Amino acid sequence: MNPQPVAADVRRPATRPNGAPFDSPGQRPAISFGKNQSPERAKSESTAALTRRDFLTTATALAAATTFAPSPLAAATAPAPDGLIDTNAYLGRWPYRRLPLDEPAALVAKLREHGVTQAWAAHLDALLHKDLSSANARLVADCARHGAGLLIPVGTVNPAAPGWEVELRRCAEVHRMPALRLFPNYHGYKLTEPSVERALALAAELGLLVQLAVSMEDERMMHPLGRVTTVDPTPLVDLAKKIPALRLQLLNALRSVRGAPLLALAAQRVHVEFATLESVEGLATLLKQLPPDRLCFGSYAPVFYFESSILKLRESVLAPDHLAAIRSANARRLL
Amino acid sequence: MKIWDLHCHLSGAPLTETTPEARLAHLLAAADRMGIERVCVFMGMSWAYEPPAERIRVENDAVLRAIEKYPDRAFGFVYLNPKHLDASMAELERCVARGPMVGVKLWVAQRCSAAELDPIVRRAAELKALIFQHTWFKITGNLPGESTPEDFAELASRHPDVPLVCGHTGGDWERGILAIRHLKNTYADLAGGDPTAGLTEMAVRELGAERVLYGSDAPGRSFASQLAKVHGAAIPATAKQLILSENLKRLLTPILTAKGIKV
Repeated sequence: MNPQPVAADVRRPATRPNGAPFDSPGQRPAISFGKNQSPERAKSESTAALTRRDFLTTATALAAATTFAPSPLAAATAPAPDGLIDTNAYLGRWPYRRLPLDEPAALVAKLREHGVTQAWAAHLDALLHKDLSSANARLVADCARHGAGLLIPVGTVNPAAPGWEVELRRCAEVHRMPALRLFPNYHGYKLTEPSVERALALAAELGLLVQLAVSMEDERMMHPLGRVTTVDPTPLVDLAKKIPALRLQLLNALRSVRGAPLLALAAQRVHVEFATLESVEGLATLLKQLPPDRLCFGSYAPVFYFESSILKLRESVLAPDHLAAIRSANARRLL
Repeated sequence: MKIWDLHCHLSGAPLTETTPEARLAHLLAAADRMGIERVCVFMGMSWAYEPPAERIRVENDAVLRAIEKYPDRAFGFVYLNPKHLDASMAELERCVARGPMVGVKLWVAQRCSAAELDPIVRRAAELKALIFQHTWFKITGNLPGESTPEDFAELASRHPDVPLVCGHTGGDWERGILAIRHLKNTYADLAGGDPTAGLTEMAVRELGAERVLYGSDAPGRSFASQLAKVHGAAIPATAKQLILSENLKRLLTPILTAKGIKV
């Protein structure tokens, strides 16, 4: 694997391993991702044990009904010792339809069913609401109320809105969030605008991971009154060069960002997840080009069926170290 | 659960092999990992929106060559272009009436509401071949010959006794389902769009599980993302089994029986 730009052992999380925010910056511990790290690992193992029981029950039932081959879903969801980190999850409601898992409890149950040990969640209200402070506060409350630390709140800031710096600092210093999520296309700004660079620099200064959603929906099927173009991430190559401390992940990018542009971003430490990756054996094909330490697991649940991403891990033949990196190790380092 | 995939191709990443049978072997290796028992394959090694007559034959030859090697795993559908009606009718005879194929694939050469499709539908029905029509509602604009589910509904209304598959459930699936739900001879193909949650639940609610078919549109689409539409749906296990294989098996049984193919 390529070396990581930021050493994981000096990264300071803004939330406790159980997801509850720290009360003040002084309470933020140095994080360790060693094999014996205690609370996270203990939670992971506890979750894994619970899920393993569920898995065995499910597998038994499926085996009884199987006449051709074991269920790929059951195999793909078998818990792994290092857990599974979903870097691309949401709470709240999609603006254009109700989703089966758009209540937090339902989403948490689905994530637990598949052995997810941590899910980085933003709020879908942040797409179209102008009052992002309220959306971010609801997100923090929902993450605290549901999942017992499973959900990590990821706040949203709009660098084109008045007073965005206040909200960005609030996410970091009041809500103790470890990450921000940006929606340039829904918020109507280009990545070349000066406020974007200032926002990325401030996020880096405050130790926040930045997640940028390249798209949220196939452009062909958008609501006629809600048509939104896909973000062109090209300017991020230079921005990442200018801001060495920036930690950046693109979400829902792999429908449109491939080949040389993707490699140029990866060379500047930019990570991606694979919720919108398509084609048979898509992960194996992607990893022929992309360094495996740049790729994280992401489901885009509840907008997408969670099972899509988990089954992609089964569809490709992946080296064990690549699989471990994708499932959780890369995300741990990133956050 | 037993899985039959309605909608697969021989073109697109990662299938870089130079022969049709090698590409199908590659596709089946991935299908094996996903528990897919059988696949339906249509269109050849490279595609054209409006293939001339001679090109249609080349594409179908590629499929014939591929499925010949895997008779227990793959079914072939004959690819036709209604703008070349005589050639299409000849291909229907060659590949289905006298050959091993069991279905018809119609893509984007001509909108399916056109009268030119009627003889194809009538002859395919005589042969008990399953007819699959690509459809899409694109807010970005359809290709000139690309059918919408409303075009498809018009065709289905003219042939109420012929089972017709609405490819991609119209892409914009909420509108697609609404366009076909009143036509009991129509079936929704889940393949080829994003794994957007709620698709399968709505299809089952509005059409009934008996009218919903799993397909992937592999290799362009992932088996995984498309199977997730069924595995991840909040529907009963009995409905999932219908969608994953039983409905397709029921629709293909008449022609499989006629051809002496046991499954």
